[in-house]
Amino acid sequence: MATTTIPRKGSRGLDILQLVLGLVAMGAMMAVMWLSLMYAREAANLAGDEQLAQRIFYVHMGCNIGALAGFLMSVVGSIVYLVKRDLDWDRVAQAAIEVGTIFGLGTIFTGMFWAKPTWNTYWTWDPRLTASTITVLIYIAYLLFRQGIDNRRTRATFGSVYAILAFLSVPLTYFSARWFRSIHPVVFGEGNADAQGGFDIIGESMRQTLNFSMIAFCVLFSALLIIRWRLLRMEDELAELREELA
Amino acid sequence: MNDELTAALPTVEMRTGGGAAAFLRKTGAIAMKDLRAELRGREVFSTMTMFSVLAVIIFGMAFDLRVPSAEMVAPGVLWVIILFGGVLGLNRSFGAEMDRGTLPALLMAPMDRSAIYFGKVLANFLFTFATGLVILLIMFFVFDVNMLQPLIFLAVALGTLGSVGVGTIFAALTATTRARESMLPILLLPVMVPVFVAGVALTAAVVDGRNLSSAGNWLGILAGFDLVFLVVAYLLFDIILEEV
Repeated sequence: MATTTIPRKGSRGLDILQLVLGLVAMGAMMAVMWLSLMYAREAANLAGDEQLAQRIFYVHMGCNIGALAGFLMSVVGSIVYLVKRDLDWDRVAQAAIEVGTIFGLGTIFTGMFWAKPTWNTYWTWDPRLTASTITVLIYIAYLLFRQGIDNRRTRATFGSVYAILAFLSVPLTYFSARWFRSIHPVVFGEGNADAQGGFDIIGESMRQTLNFSMIAFCVLFSALLIIRWRLLRMEDELAELREELA
Repeated sequence: MNDELTAALPTVEMRTGGGAAAFLRKTGAIAMKDLRAELRGREVFSTMTMFSVLAVIIFGMAFDLRVPSAEMVAPGVLWVIILFGGVLGLNRSFGAEMDRGTLPALLMAPMDRSAIYFGKVLANFLFTFATGLVILLIMFFVFDVNMLQPLIFLAVALGTLGSVGVGTIFAALTATTRARESMLPILLLPVMVPVFVAGVALTAAVVDGRNLSSAGNWLGILAGFDLVFLVVAYLLFDIILEEV
């Protein structure tokens, strides 16, 4: 087995980047909480519990962006790994999927807490809900699958093949589920006439909050990705050292 | 010295030479090999069919007391059994090669690696589609629902092709891993959701005798799924067999 020679020096730049990103992400998350709970004005057409619940949308959308970034990044990492056979890219794919899965779970759970007061149910077979849940399950399967392969190179190759194939099924899942009826509000793009619980983004404060929240979650995603990526690097390094000793 | 030696030998073209006709012949040879092994060993089709019969009976008992009419659950039952039964056969596709140690011999065969993939897909398709027909026949008697209709046959054929197209490549991925048998369904089932949704929706529309104007959409999803995954699997299959 070819050994991966991970450069042990010259990580000072990464240390600083990680620290800065982490601090910015922490500050940005606190700002998101303040913006979405206090600053953003109320939705004009909602009242009571629904009014309170709609504020979770800023976190819901942010998590969604994080999950999307993670799953797109995993495909990039997998394709580049298969072309270059550089384990760093496999670690990018794995880190992106782990972080993306957490954001994906965040999207689903924030959606469920919002759906209870708004749709009067935690769960419904809405296309977006179905597609995002299946997507998260696919990536949890990816993580389980990796654990079952002992050889490091085989694990990277098989994981990359699965990540690429799995990603292809996500749009098909979404469209197949969409042709059943849908009650999910579409805030971006063309509206859904049958949607329940939607609201218009009106007024500067709501738009500012939403934009800030999406950027903040991108920063949080980057910070988590880089931390996890470096951690995976260290794990591989440790495994190599153990092998040398044995 | 090595360079001279290689230069002196003619390039081996057995793997890739011969064009499309030779490729098809090699694909057929792999499929025939699996069919012959099945005729002698009876490992795949018989277990899949037995599982399917049991599953139809068990679903029938489970729903009998709770559901007013069998038409309501029949499409779902059909597709659940096709997908779950398919996993049984797919596990054997490469699992049997691993158990008997015949995979290296298969890899040494003078053919393009993708011919192995398409040969296995063809054999798995025949086993699974035949099982699907048996399920439809048994459900005709047990559920008293007539699903023996051309549009449903077409849907089952397309759905089965998609299932074994993805399943064969996943079976190759899981063949060398720990917990091979249990890992395949975990990888396969979430990816098969589009096939499942489209298959159930189309079958339900036919069974209910509804307007079939949406049938084109569902057949489109099934055919699109087959096409996308067969092409990508063809491109990626070489990479997997390098590692086995």
